[in-house]
Amino acid sequence: MTPVLSVSNLQTHFFTRAGVVKSVDGISFDVNRGEVMGLVGESGSGKTVTGFSIMGLVDAPGRIVAGSIKLNGRELVGLPEDQMRTFRGREVAMIFQDPMMTLNPVLRIDTQMMEAVTAHNAVSKEEARTRARDALGKVGIPSPEERLSAYPHQFSGGMRQRVAIAVALLNRPSLIVCDEPTTALDVTIQSQILAEMQKLCAETGTALIWVTHDLTVVAGLADRLAVMYAGRIVESGSVDDVLDRPIHPYTFGLLGSVPSRGKRGEPLVQIPGSAPSLARLPEGCAFRPRCSFQSDQCRETPVETAYTDNRMARCFHPLHTRGEAA
Amino acid sequence: MTAPILTLTNISKRFTKPLDAAAKLANMVGATNREITVHAVDGVDLAITRGEVVGLVGESGCGKSTLGRVVAGIHAPSDGTIRWKDKDLSGLSATEKKAQTLAIQMIFQDPMSSLNPRMRVAEIVGEAPVVHGLVSRAEKDDYVNAMLSQVGLDPTYKRRYPHQFSGGQRARIGIARALAVKPEFLVCDESVAALDVSIQAQVLNLFMELRQRLNLTYLFISHDLGVVQHISDRVVIMYLGRVVETAKTEELFARPNHPYTQALLANVPTLESRKKTFALIKGEIPSPINPPTGCHFHPRCPHAIERCKAERPVLKEMGPGHWSACHLNG
Repeated sequence: MTPVLSVSNLQTHFFTRAGVVKSVDGISFDVNRGEVMGLVGESGSGKTVTGFSIMGLVDAPGRIVAGSIKLNGRELVGLPEDQMRTFRGREVAMIFQDPMMTLNPVLRIDTQMMEAVTAHNAVSKEEARTRARDALGKVGIPSPEERLSAYPHQFSGGMRQRVAIAVALLNRPSLIVCDEPTTALDVTIQSQILAEMQKLCAETGTALIWVTHDLTVVAGLADRLAVMYAGRIVESGSVDDVLDRPIHPYTFGLLGSVPSRGKRGEPLVQIPGSAPSLARLPEGCAFRPRCSFQSDQCRETPVETAYTDNRMARCFHPLHTRGEAA
Repeated sequence: MTAPILTLTNISKRFTKPLDAAAKLANMVGATNREITVHAVDGVDLAITRGEVVGLVGESGCGKSTLGRVVAGIHAPSDGTIRWKDKDLSGLSATEKKAQTLAIQMIFQDPMSSLNPRMRVAEIVGEAPVVHGLVSRAEKDDYVNAMLSQVGLDPTYKRRYPHQFSGGQRARIGIARALAVKPEFLVCDESVAALDVSIQAQVLNLFMELRQRLNLTYLFISHDLGVVQHISDRVVIMYLGRVVETAKTEELFARPNHPYTQALLANVPTLESRKKTFALIKGEIPSPINPPTGCHFHPRCPHAIERCKAERPVLKEMGPGHWSACHLNG
């Protein structure tokens, strides 16, 4: 089975006056049909830039300097903009964190949704409107026919995010990149959206990349996880493997930082210090200055090492899997 | 049982938007424009004992921040009384009132908008204690050094401005500023919400360490149940301006009584819940301008009965220290 998306050695750099910011520095992963991949990292780890690179939305001073992104077997890197436009929105769609920023505040919902349909399909206005209405219904917006003629500000935050999801679904893309779509929402609303996304993926076989800083959200949603730190994937594997048996010390620290049941009142595991500036990364392993396992060896850049059960990590001092490297 | 350090009785806070000139004019010729009133906090009773960490949980618009601001003295309550160390606030003399105001300090959510960008850290932290006569101007430097070290910041950075710090460091500056006037009670309003997980853990650890060292009492406001469960002794759940349930942390998480609490707990994502089917709680939070009658939760409640639409449920004691406001409890 060919994966829906295949990213290999992707490097997206930003050429600023302060120096070259290596936001994404050589990452590789595949996403299969119907699969949910969680892309986890803290602010500045490059997770959003990864999403933007897939969508072809990286603007100057940023540029994809190397690597390949294959969507359903077709190379996206280096594709001219007019060809990229036929992909974007049709085969791959994106849902952003803040729906107030993605929906045009002065256009009605129907105008915006019909535009997305007619941009990729030669259909009549009536047909486009019907598709828009069906999409709104599918994401659980009550009385979609009436709501079509509303403006974005007339929706609540959760409803607005549903509209954004409906827009993404219009052309039945094979991949949706979700960039923290539930971060701004309340717990009960977040869980409604997650339930909606889960159902849609199961029904349509759409693959999802779920970009988030919140490990607890992807724990319930994703099939596989990739943990990013300073522009690199430091560890990837199935959700259970990564969360229960982390290989990389950063993943281990991150998991210990999450307040959860059974740790009440005890001090949380701390990762000392804070994430380094991407313009001035330490040589070798970027996590070295904060890592309690660091050694002289870590001054060299660790390469991706494959482990059993289709896992990967970049570390000279792997936890949990001593002697298991495949 | 020790006497509470802070007691809120039947506290309400309403915000009213007065009619503008155009609306008044329209009313003269027969229109029926009315003032819009938001019932942000609606009859809340709460007692907090010394050294306790009380977690205040609720979704946006439930009035948790407004309640925190009433406690910190930023808003005056519309109704109800606040007692501090067994004295009614309205009956305090000016000196007592000042001491009380200093004793309750607030730490805000976004350190970038709550720290003056044009003041150096030494001024931000040192200004209040000098103004209030806690330290003399000559001692200020040493005092600021001590305060910064206490929250894990290097005192050599005190000549810097807030924008020169990372998010986690800025949160620490906010904490140092609050601690500088030697408070006994801290209101933390979403103080860790804007931070990355690894930084959030550092700040939560700092809160717990300071509590031990300085014998502080916290009102910890958060929408994040995981954080609240971790740090609190007791949890108070609010929905649309009212307290719906309160209990010791273990008790509340083990035996939630109110349907809203149950729904909230079922929906909290945790590391342990893998590939779960997300349970649906119907609908959205109604507007506090026009709250539903009776129990505020009844339009979304799966167990709602006729009585819930008409009558406001009162808090009933379900077990020792476990109070819940639901008609289903009889």
